[in-house]
Amino acid sequence: MQANAEIQSVAAERAYSVPLSEIDVSDPKLHQADAIWPYFSRLRQEAPVHYTPDSDFGAFWSVTRYKDIMNIEMQPKTFSSEAARGGITIMDGNEVATLPMFIAMDPPKHDAQRKVVSPIVAPHNLAKLEDLIRQRTAERLDELPLNEEFDWVQEVSINLTTKMLATLFDFPYEDRHLLTHWSDIATTLPGAGLIDSEEERMVEVQACAEYMTRLWNERVNSEPGPDVLSMLAHSDKTRNMSPEEFLGNMFLLIVGGNDTTRNSMSGGLLALNQHPGEYEKLAANPELVQSSLVPEIIRWQTPLAHMRRTANTDIEFAGEKIRKGDKVIMWYVSGNRDERSIDRPNEFIVDRQRPRQHLSFGFGIHRCVGNRLAELQLRILWEELLQRWPDPMQIEVTGQPQRILSNFIKGYESLPVRINA
Amino acid sequence: MKITFIEYNGTAMEVEAAQDGTLRDVALDNLVPGIDGDCGGDCACATCHVFIDDEWQAKLPPLSDDEDTMLALCDDRTEASRLGCQIKLGPELDGLVVRTPEGQH
Repeated sequence: MQANAEIQSVAAERAYSVPLSEIDVSDPKLHQADAIWPYFSRLRQEAPVHYTPDSDFGAFWSVTRYKDIMNIEMQPKTFSSEAARGGITIMDGNEVATLPMFIAMDPPKHDAQRKVVSPIVAPHNLAKLEDLIRQRTAERLDELPLNEEFDWVQEVSINLTTKMLATLFDFPYEDRHLLTHWSDIATTLPGAGLIDSEEERMVEVQACAEYMTRLWNERVNSEPGPDVLSMLAHSDKTRNMSPEEFLGNMFLLIVGGNDTTRNSMSGGLLALNQHPGEYEKLAANPELVQSSLVPEIIRWQTPLAHMRRTANTDIEFAGEKIRKGDKVIMWYVSGNRDERSIDRPNEFIVDRQRPRQHLSFGFGIHRCVGNRLAELQLRILWEELLQRWPDPMQIEVTGQPQRILSNFIKGYESLPVRINA
Repeated sequence: MKITFIEYNGTAMEVEAAQDGTLRDVALDNLVPGIDGDCGGDCACATCHVFIDDEWQAKLPPLSDDEDTMLALCDDRTEASRLGCQIKLGPELDGLVVRTPEGQH
């Protein structure tokens, strides 16, 4: 990983030589190049609540320390998530992100809609899914090529998360690739390869709306089932959602269950390869998968780099004057590396003490509802991997990952891997 | 002081606790099943949800707005629901009996 050390040293030089006022941590290219870390490190130290007056995403505040981020999340009345005020990501024009969905609603509507989805992904319900997830994971791993290079992102991470989503929605299995496609459509930046404009995004979104509406109508007219769509279709709280709300919540669940887990599946393998001593520790003690590896992967990867709030009122926060209507970006990716709150934050430690204390799921009323499902999928993946290929570095990352061009989705386009068997 | 945790399946576990922490801390220190305590004790995640029966409720600090808001996220909330991180231990709680839910999320 020599190339990465070089990237870090060049980035650090640059990050500490630009004037503080010119720092723009929203630049997707910095995220894609993995060159964002020293900028955040400087902001945490010198300007923990920092204002960028002008960027491709407009003016915004950056909140970079763990405790400050938690503090903002605990004040949903002051810092709104409401789609109509700007929603939950830094991007203003993204038509999908401004659809009404409960992650982008304030109470009381948020509370009522979240309550419908929450039991679906509660631990006792997930326990029923465990055998099926394990079986599908095992089948996939048994098909992987040995002793030759392949793309982990495509063959493992995307493959497994797509199957899981199809299971949750009871989505036609042969069409399941559409779920992944729609998720990518929802979060991509125009010009990054998939679409060139918001109009193109909306054409795809419309196709998704039609498909999901057809499924919805089938479920409304059938007996209640255990899948997400059926639960929404048969609950008093959600049965009469407007078409926009329905579409918004579909996208929330598709994106929420897709990118995050996918990129943690890739990131965990990369982290272990970058920390061979930790890979050895894990191989010697596979029990660590459940107790600390999984939450440590989720912290280290931080698959969503930020969440956004919008100030409902003028407020002084950490010594800065935030004005009503200002865009406030909580950089989870920075908070998870905050040395004030996390011991040795830049190290990946498979037996970390209190590994569950991280920001990746957010805090407060919008805390990730699917967190235990994500953990379950990662746990099963690593249990099954270590059972098949138990030696340290046996699953070898053979080249640099290609990262996603985004300041929101922190993840990978590709990761070349070889299983040495 | 002593605290008894009873899992959703009825398994009981008695632990010895110091009087200077919270119920959440004691649960984590003793690896009590069914308590996650993800946020670090800041009333920000609702994953130290516990049930405390009537005879002990009167001895607990009153429910704050923050705790009430976070408890609203718990699927299985009842009248007995509290967050462990909001319960500071003291001599009046010696012998406390706490029931834990099937899971937290």
